[in-house]
Amino acid sequence: MNPSEASAQPLISVEGVHTYYGKSHILNGVSLDVGRGEVVGLIGRNGVGKSTTLKTIMGLVNASAGRIVYDGRPISGLPSHKLARIGIAYVPEDRRIFKLLTVMENLRTGLDRNGVSEARKQELLEKMFAYFPRLAERRGQAGGTLSGGEQQMLAIGRAMMLEPKIILLDEPTEGLMPRMVSQIRESIEVLHRDGVAILLVEQNVSLTLAASQRV
Amino acid sequence: MDIPWDILIIQTVNGIVTGMILALVASGLTLIFGIMDVVNFAHGELFMLGAYMGVATLATTGSFWLALVVAMIIIAALGAALQVVTLRPLLGRDPLYTILATFGISLVLQNYALWQFGPVARKIQEPFSGQFTLFYLQYPWYRLLIAGLSAAMIGGLYLFLKYGRYGIWIRATTQDRVMAQAMGIPVPWVHTGVFAMGAGMAAASGVLFGPLVGVNHAMGLDWVLKAFIVVVVGGMGNLGGSIAASIFISLLEAYASIWVSPSQAIIVSSVVLILTLLFRPTGLFVPTPK
Amino acid sequence: MSLSRHASIYWTGFAVTILVLILAPLVLPEFWRRFLTEILIWGLLAMSSDILIGYTGMVSFGHSAFFGLGMYGAAAALLMVKPPNLWLAIVYGLAGSAAVALFVAYFSTRLRDIYFAITTLIFSQIFYVIIFTWTEVTGGENGLAFSRPGFGIPGLWTTPFTSTTLHWFVLAVVAAAYLLLRRLTQSPFGMVLQSIRENEARTRAIGYPVERYKMVAVMISGLFAGLAGVLYAVQNRFAAPDFVYFVVSGEVVIFNVMGGIGTLVGPIVGAGFFLGLREGLSRLFPYLATTFNLPYLAEFPYLVPVGIIFIAMVIFMPQGLLGFAKRWLNR
Repeated sequence: MNPSEASAQPLISVEGVHTYYGKSHILNGVSLDVGRGEVVGLIGRNGVGKSTTLKTIMGLVNASAGRIVYDGRPISGLPSHKLARIGIAYVPEDRRIFKLLTVMENLRTGLDRNGVSEARKQELLEKMFAYFPRLAERRGQAGGTLSGGEQQMLAIGRAMMLEPKIILLDEPTEGLMPRMVSQIRESIEVLHRDGVAILLVEQNVSLTLAASQRV
Repeated sequence: MDIPWDILIIQTVNGIVTGMILALVASGLTLIFGIMDVVNFAHGELFMLGAYMGVATLATTGSFWLALVVAMIIIAALGAALQVVTLRPLLGRDPLYTILATFGISLVLQNYALWQFGPVARKIQEPFSGQFTLFYLQYPWYRLLIAGLSAAMIGGLYLFLKYGRYGIWIRATTQDRVMAQAMGIPVPWVHTGVFAMGAGMAAASGVLFGPLVGVNHAMGLDWVLKAFIVVVVGGMGNLGGSIAASIFISLLEAYASIWVSPSQAIIVSSVVLILTLLFRPTGLFVPTPK
Repeated sequence: MSLSRHASIYWTGFAVTILVLILAPLVLPEFWRRFLTEILIWGLLAMSSDILIGYTGMVSFGHSAFFGLGMYGAAAALLMVKPPNLWLAIVYGLAGSAAVALFVAYFSTRLRDIYFAITTLIFSQIFYVIIFTWTEVTGGENGLAFSRPGFGIPGLWTTPFTSTTLHWFVLAVVAAAYLLLRRLTQSPFGMVLQSIRENEARTRAIGYPVERYKMVAVMISGLFAGLAGVLYAVQNRFAAPDFVYFVVSGEVVIFNVMGGIGTLVGPIVGAGFFLGLREGLSRLFPYLATTFNLPYLAEFPYLVPVGIIFIAMVIFMPQGLLGFAKRWLNR
């Protein structure tokens, strides 16, 4: 894999984070760093809290202790929609695309942002459709009618619409056929080439090891 | 039996007219429930205050249309303020508390209106009078206007939801609040916006309905009850269903009032409700039972 | 705190409260005597509703129907059977509210949360309309007036109630009801109800026929609410449709929340708090109006500040006034 652009400050820095689900102490002093443009993988058994780590960074779950710093700013406690706007995108496990919205409308949830010109929007769309031509074909269809693999592509594509600096990818290949898995892997590579950092949580160890620079 | 065809037709028209107003009120309620799981008890009071705002504006400007617009704006703002102050802190808690909070709001608003405006009913003048002959009766044009306007507003709402940028936000938030936030949609503001929209629609209904009956502080109560019945029968959160249910129930009540007094007509709607709950609890007009 | 120590403190507290309530009418002027009795009656109504809200987790906006039917049932007994018989009134009243409770229970209990709340609301309105329009039987808008029965066994010996003795009678009934309900909530049946409140799905998964339990809970709640209606009828000597209107149900829920749901005693305190605020504010505004010469203030409705207080409590103090003692009171 390409050596990452070494930067002095990590893009995201998680320091000593503790998270609870009710009484269950899921994250116990978790710390990690992701540099700019770096692909970092998280592997481990089920239930150790990999997904929870991503959710905590994204503000979907509240950390009870610890700090999260993004691009020099502390972000713990900020609501998720603000995080999305400053460049953190989240692709959850089980995809969670908006099933009743069309593919195009799903993309628009990320695309319709202030300060983005129409031209730029078109650019982003075309670039994404080039990687995921299937989505272009299905752009008028409701999200719920897509296959599992297509939904995953949509979830990633939707995240790309936010022009994020980092994407939090949770189990992207879960339940997918091998052909799809390699397609996902290629898309990770493409994103990396574009300079997007990725924090990847995966069960598929070989994929993670191949795709990530650090694990 | 001698079927009074002419009365039936008149009542059909009446039923549709009332049904459209009810649909306008109920759509706001359904929208609010669908997106925030909030049962807005205060909806009837927003309707009532809208009517009063209409009276006030009409008195100062003499223009019915201006009254309609102003009432909608003021009440929408009131709705937004109420949502931010009382409902936002309750987000994520047991839905029971939002019911209680909106019930409290309805008490406050109702009694405030009683004190501020007095118990005597006010009247809103219709923007134009003039009737046409429907059988042997003179039927006022105005009533058709109400139906038309309500339909237009609901139609506008539908288009907004389907094609507007904010419409997509609203639909996304209704489907998956968490992911919508993760996509950068400012969900708390979407909630406020929807509540304001619902309030505005209720206010419009109040102004439109004003000329038909007197405007007084208790006018919201009946409507809230009927709107709830409609929302349950139509399928909670189902916009199309509420509209269909509104017309259905209003028609039934209109026919029923040929034989019984109007206050008893509510029993008809209640029977419909009971039957729905027994046999199709997700709603009579829901396409597929979930 | 050990169980026996808890018990002794609890029962001492209970005894002291009862003692105070017994002595109160002897020192209070007539108006406040009746006021206190009313608090007890509304408290009983709110307590009955707590079984559903606080212990089973079902919010009912239909208690005005149970209350009203109890009231009208008593009215029926007192008007139709001469001489007016207290015990018959109670029986009729309970029968009336039981019938309503059965009806409501049958249709509503399979619904969850919000739907249940809305349907109970609508049902109570149906009864309101029926009572309001069936003028021949119910007296319609004007309601029914009747005389107060005496205490004792009609035919053998009765003595008429004074406001003080009536108060004691009501106190006895309410206290007995409280003890009964408390026993109930601590029984295995009560435990199942609370389990339903905590997690209905799991309770069902364990094998309990949840719907049946809910129906019984509604029936019990309805019965005690009807009892409150009977007491009200006896105290005030009239029955009116206003009490069946859904706003009364709403006020009952307010008593519950203000006092603390799931405590049984809380709702009684809540009723007292609300009614006290009402009395106080109703006197405050005219007073302010005359002292500061703001005549329009005289009519200011008490419900506006009370409503605001209620909303504030829902947001900031949802456990209610006695909520802090919830665990303790339930041991």
